[in-house]
Amino acid sequence: MNYIYPEYEVVRNYARCIVCRACENQCANCVHRYIESENRMESKDDDCVNCHRCVTICPTRALKIIKSDHTFRYNSNWTGKTINEIFKQAESGGVLLSSMGNPENYPVYFDKILINASQVTNPSIDPLREPMETRVFLGSKVHKIKRDSNGKIDTSTAPQLDLSVPIMFSAMSYGSISYNAHESLAKAAEKLGIYYNTGEGGLHEDFYKYSKNTIVQVASGRFGVHKSYLDTAAAIEIKMGQGAKPGIGGHLPGAKIVGAVSRTRMIPEGSDAISPAPHHDIYSIEDLRQLVFSLKEATDYKKPVIVKIAAVHNVTAIASGVARSGADIIAIDGFRGGTGAAPTKIRDNVGIPIELALASVDKRLRDEGIRDRVSLIVGGSIRSSTDIIKAIALGADCVYIGSAALIAMGCHLCRSCQSGKCNWGIATQIPNLVKRLNPSIAYQRLVNLVTAWNHEMREMLGGMGINSIESLKGNRLMLRGVGLTDKELEILGIFHAGE
Amino acid sequence: MKINAKNIEYRELNQLIKKSKGDITIDNCIGQRYIASGLSNKKIKINGTPGNALGAYLDGAEITVLGNVQDATGDTMNDGKIIVHGSAGDALGYAMRGGRIYVRGHAGYRTGIHMKEYETKKPVIIVGESAGSFLGEYLAGGILVVLGLSGTGMVVGNFPGTGMHGGKILLRGNRIPQSLPPQISISPIEKGNFGEVETYLREYCEVFSLDYEGITKEPFFILKPNSSNPYHQMYVTN
Repeated sequence: MNYIYPEYEVVRNYARCIVCRACENQCANCVHRYIESENRMESKDDDCVNCHRCVTICPTRALKIIKSDHTFRYNSNWTGKTINEIFKQAESGGVLLSSMGNPENYPVYFDKILINASQVTNPSIDPLREPMETRVFLGSKVHKIKRDSNGKIDTSTAPQLDLSVPIMFSAMSYGSISYNAHESLAKAAEKLGIYYNTGEGGLHEDFYKYSKNTIVQVASGRFGVHKSYLDTAAAIEIKMGQGAKPGIGGHLPGAKIVGAVSRTRMIPEGSDAISPAPHHDIYSIEDLRQLVFSLKEATDYKKPVIVKIAAVHNVTAIASGVARSGADIIAIDGFRGGTGAAPTKIRDNVGIPIELALASVDKRLRDEGIRDRVSLIVGGSIRSSTDIIKAIALGADCVYIGSAALIAMGCHLCRSCQSGKCNWGIATQIPNLVKRLNPSIAYQRLVNLVTAWNHEMREMLGGMGINSIESLKGNRLMLRGVGLTDKELEILGIFHAGE
Repeated sequence: MKINAKNIEYRELNQLIKKSKGDITIDNCIGQRYIASGLSNKKIKINGTPGNALGAYLDGAEITVLGNVQDATGDTMNDGKIIVHGSAGDALGYAMRGGRIYVRGHAGYRTGIHMKEYETKKPVIIVGESAGSFLGEYLAGGILVVLGLSGTGMVVGNFPGTGMHGGKILLRGNRIPQSLPPQISISPIEKGNFGEVETYLREYCEVFSLDYEGITKEPFFILKPNSSNPYHQMYVTN
């Protein structure tokens, strides 16, 4: 007996349905079925994940998915969601597993912050007519003037990443997403003059040609990490944590370690790929420093090293330590960051909002006089150009986008990545699903998204009378809060609207 | 080429090593870190004590140390050889994927953790004396051998093979370690039947001038995982 009533219902308008069976053919979850004797289609709601593939593909718009109005007796403590979770665990004895970012109803601070604009006294700038600088450099900045024995200023700088716009695609491994998804991200990064990130799945041999736009990741499992992987990259990211699951490691099940994924990770097919949360060689900032410098030594100090951490309660102290570890860039991932799979309870309850983490880390590093030693990248979750403008004004140098990039490629946020049966060809390794994602189309959609956001950011910068991203960085006077408490305003370092 | 490492910092020393051609001998090595990281096609002999992360990401070079080595030796090593005539610190051969590390003396905590093999790549660590706790934690592939040559007690510390899901661990001696995780099976090795490990054991004995027959007539145990998917049953889709 199955206690769980389907969460969604497939509604078919039989007046429109032409029995073309496209829905049946497209659904990897086998929701649709053809009844030959009656020459009509039938649906099995239990298996529907609400990914909209059938809805989108249906040539006559005969399908829609609705949330079931089936309900438990009203109870604001024991919600249907909670009851169903208990049913699932009582049935299986398993840890609840979910995908993508935290969907729960926590405050989104970006939505409670408003952006300034110039009026009368400080003219705004028209970005269509006047130059507007969105280029940024990430890496440790020179914080002391050094002269050689002849008194000449030493103009050398630490290695920098050069971006046309302060947006990068965040780490998503080949394995968690498909070959075609990776290719789309890599091509888009190259076209846009930005970077994408391999995640901890190694770098497929076909993608070495995008190396100038590639950030490679080194995590606790070290999958696919070897000399040429490090040598080819523009930067190396050490993954210490992830916003979707702080304190939890990665675990790609053996079923997904097939073919080229196995080859790229350099582990046998069918073997679990386990990246525990702790790096068991890193128990301190000194140990982290050792990994940072072993990577720098191995690559002749030619590449910036990024250390990625999750936004957790004491993120400021951690970031301060990381800034002293020799890292060139710190990436902070907020609690709404996405993932291919995470224990539900961790995803929904661990970590803190990126807006608060960013504001307090930036302040702490400035207070300690070490802000210039590192660049700050924030992610988890950045959903629009305005989120980026607000993040930069709160002190970020750049943002990572993951979920937004996937959505641009066709992800409908059904949050079922862990099943490996992504109907959109993104979070799957099943060949006939992967080929649904056409890299030359998906790449163009990514380019379009970033280009559009860039236009919007230029407009907003111009509106504020600012002509470069650099002048917006940490410029919190450009922000005002609405409906925030004194404490929240204090942490964000902004005034309330009207002040 | 000879390099005198006395009073030079690691960065300078490592640049000298990278620039020099042919075989290298480093004298008076005193704790310089990251020696030979990522190197291939070089033979390096070290007199003294190299610092942490010796041979990290090593990609084919051969290193011989006449002395002890510190922590994180051979981190993420891909290929090559590291021979240590003394003892090794913690996290020896972390996430190593290929090549061999032979230690004549003891090895610290977390030896060979995360080691993995792939196709022709098969990492091997042989420790002459004892190894600390958490030997072969998360082991996914490769071969770990602890010989306990002069000791009479337990050759490993606590919790060997925790989270192990591939590879094998060979322990010499009569005593089975306590606290083995449930997904590990342990069985005695039939006399002389070392399979692929024999080649490495013979090489080890040759390197350190040890008596192969004498060593291998003692009992050995082998630890293997029961499953390559240890966490398979743990989750339910939500």
